Amino acid sequence: MPYATHSDAERSAMLDAVGVSNPDTLFDIPESVRFDGDYGIDAHSERATRAAVEGILDGSPELTEFLGGGHYDHYIPSVVDHLSLRSEFLTSYTQYQPEITQGFLQALFEFQSLVVELTGLGVANCSMYDRATALGEAALLADRVRASSGETVLVPESLPDRVRSVLDNYTDGPGIGVDTYPTSEGTVDVDALADRVDDEVSLIYAATPNARGVLEPDLDAVGDLADDHDALFCVGSDAVALSVLEPPESYGADIVVGDAGVLGLPTTYGMGLGLFACREDFLRQVPGRLVGAGEDGAGNRAYTLTLQTREQHIRRERATSNICTNQAWLALRAAIHAAWLGPNGLTDLAEECVTGIRDACERIDALDGFTAPVYDGHHFREALIDPDEPANEVVDRCREAGIALRTVEDGGEERLAVCVTDTNREDVDALIDALAAEAEVSAV
Amino acid sequence: MSQGGRERPDETGEATDPPHQQARWYAGEQYEPLLSEKGSESVAVDSSLPDDLTRDELDLPTLAEPEVARHYTRLSQMNYGIDSGPIPLGSCTMKYNPSFTEDVAAHPGTRVHPLRADEDKQGVLHLLYELQETLATIGGMDAVTLQPPAGAAGEFTGIQVAKAYHEENGDDRSEVIVPESAHGTNFASAAMAGYDVVELPSNEDGRVEVDALEAAVSDDTALLMLTNPNTLGLFERSIEDIADIVHDVGGLLYYDGANLNSLLGKARPGDMGFDIMHFNLHKTFATPHGGGGPGQGPIGVGADLAAFLPTPQVREGDEGYETYDPTHSIGRVHEFVGNWLVLVKAYAYILRHGDEGLENVSETAVLNANYLASQIAYEVPYGPFHHEFVASADADAADVAKAMLDHGVHPPTTKWPEIVDEALMTEPTETESKRRLDDLAAAFNAVAEMDPEALAETPTETTARRIDQAAAARNPRLSWHALDGE
Repeated sequence: MPYATHSDAERSAMLDAVGVSNPDTLFDIPESVRFDGDYGIDAHSERATRAAVEGILDGSPELTEFLGGGHYDHYIPSVVDHLSLRSEFLTSYTQYQPEITQGFLQALFEFQSLVVELTGLGVANCSMYDRATALGEAALLADRVRASSGETVLVPESLPDRVRSVLDNYTDGPGIGVDTYPTSEGTVDVDALADRVDDEVSLIYAATPNARGVLEPDLDAVGDLADDHDALFCVGSDAVALSVLEPPESYGADIVVGDAGVLGLPTTYGMGLGLFACREDFLRQVPGRLVGAGEDGAGNRAYTLTLQTREQHIRRERATSNICTNQAWLALRAAIHAAWLGPNGLTDLAEECVTGIRDACERIDALDGFTAPVYDGHHFREALIDPDEPANEVVDRCREAGIALRTVEDGGEERLAVCVTDTNREDVDALIDALAAEAEVSAV
Repeated sequence: MSQGGRERPDETGEATDPPHQQARWYAGEQYEPLLSEKGSESVAVDSSLPDDLTRDELDLPTLAEPEVARHYTRLSQMNYGIDSGPIPLGSCTMKYNPSFTEDVAAHPGTRVHPLRADEDKQGVLHLLYELQETLATIGGMDAVTLQPPAGAAGEFTGIQVAKAYHEENGDDRSEVIVPESAHGTNFASAAMAGYDVVELPSNEDGRVEVDALEAAVSDDTALLMLTNPNTLGLFERSIEDIADIVHDVGGLLYYDGANLNSLLGKARPGDMGFDIMHFNLHKTFATPHGGGGPGQGPIGVGADLAAFLPTPQVREGDEGYETYDPTHSIGRVHEFVGNWLVLVKAYAYILRHGDEGLENVSETAVLNANYLASQIAYEVPYGPFHHEFVASADADAADVAKAMLDHGVHPPTTKWPEIVDEALMTEPTETESKRRLDDLAAAFNAVAEMDPEALAETPTETTARRIDQAAAARNPRLSWHALDGE
């Protein structure tokens, strides 16, 4: 065992103390279910392990990605790694003993404070797994708050299938229905939503930026509709967008979910940091961990996990959620990243998300054979683009130039989705070249 | 009581030479100011977006990098991790996290976007495939999904898979049976999936009462969830009978992987008759717990259930690795594949150890638990236990835990499982040395000699003195906005 800590002499002394000669005899397992085979895994030195795993990982080519779609890349300052990897943080457990974990508790308290500032809502927890599971938890919270049967959650028809699928699993147990409402010109069709919503609806969800990258212009009206029908209004967004957008609380949001991993978390095959905030009225219905400020025996301010009677380890089948292990370390990283940016850096980053995709769309639209963006309105990070050619052919040809793009099914058509942030903005020239080459080829 | 040449606190709890004292030199009324108290500014938001979309101002801390670095360094000094000392929390498997796995996780090949085409993420799919096959072998399962982002998410996924399987068979079942000593997540996950939870009492040996199980099962039984060894560290010796009883009524058997660290190389849930199991990669395979997460809770299933696993799954195709949708998939439980970097670290851990190393992990974990139990003054009412044991404190277990903090160690899980009075649920893991185990035993034993009044005064050597959690819950202050003016 590579991390063995006993010398032979110590091991013998321990076996003597226990009164056995071989640790195997300590296993009280019936012979009939003993495993006498091999896993067939060879041990590796540390160096060989790294070579083997990194060799596998090298099987993916280096590509310039313009992918987005729920997993976004921003530059992460070096200090985030150096501080978050301090092993007092990295190797610590959930803060069941607050007297020796004040540091992490304070960092999580500060993360909650950041989310409160961004959303305008009174309560934020210290993380969900990702934006999709956070939306699932929002639907469950709405169901508990309304406490009547026959509930339905309304989501926009543009909600990505991946997110919808997670929501379907979360709502399956209590029998909450999930239904879609139409969009028009890329954004919420408020009139159609007004026709669809009734008193059975427990939650209306809308995202800004939405799945097409468009910032929703009329969420006030959605909030009013929810209010009229005693439904909760849940807004989906992310921590960078919220730094410039109107705080959702101001237009009637009862819950905000989304991704806080846009801070602190690099491109990591879809790892997430689910953001969850809600109105203070729902404090005792909040899923997940909450850190509160209190006092210690010396009269000093100290932090602790609080309102734990909501949680599974106390309340069991009556808990507000089954969540236990969460994304605490990623919340720490997001908090460090936000602290490093400060309010000016954060809003500058958000502005890059606005101007980057705006500039890219202008340039793409100027090419023959492309309409960019498909929808009017202000975009954030990403936009849909209509090529004259079949979209998958455009994707294939960009791929030849080392560029990863994706297609989306939208409005019955196959369209291109392009995501531009601070980390690939300088690569837009290459994207334009690749797209232009296609347009020329198709023109021939 | 002195061990390793160090002096220990006497029975009054007064430390003479504390072995571990967390930094506590700030002289004010708090141990470290909040970022917002160090410098915060409300800045007007200047955006090219129209005013009706944007906020007017943003009020956040404004510190330059040097102060940010000092703030978080200071916070880290007020935090205890496995690199600080042992964390013998029962069923939590807090073992040493090999640091090289962080380097592997930082390899450029991990920085891949999930929406790339399959042919452009072959490295990722290859690793996912190898890990899922390896876990299937370790669990004795036929198919594995890596997707659930934590153990509780694995439970929920497994229950949804079981539900889909029963529904496909036209079988409407409403109950999940859970032993009273099970982890709280079992109850919560079953309820979340819409099942009625039936609680199963333990017998006087601390194991499943087989007669009670016979009485509890019916054609309403969807699933029995079991931890084995259970939370007392005891192997359910009647596991084969238990499996027959559940299967005879058409139910399925679910294995909670929290205690898998005691079975590596020794036994496999699939061979015991379990149909579904979850793995806690952040426990058994040593990925760092990060102050509460991220973890990862892959599930394994038998052949009959493979078609119901979440989408996408990974397989070897003619042109490399490819993703596919199982025919009766329950869909997704995470937008992508959960915590990808945790998967990478766990795979590196498994490769590093190999068969022999993994078996040695379990043997040493079980030896360490048995050795530690043999050295402490508290009674351990149930046995033979494996990688964890539950001692009974003869005082308030929560007070015992606080007093142990003054000895420079993290205490065990307290007051649970309830079958043991004032429980101290203890899992030292295989990575604690004999000397550390002796330190832990000395801490238990010093505290065992303290009187209740002295216990109530502890801890005194930690960053913060005892925190009044009840008061904090009565007056919730959950952000710095709630502390304005304090």
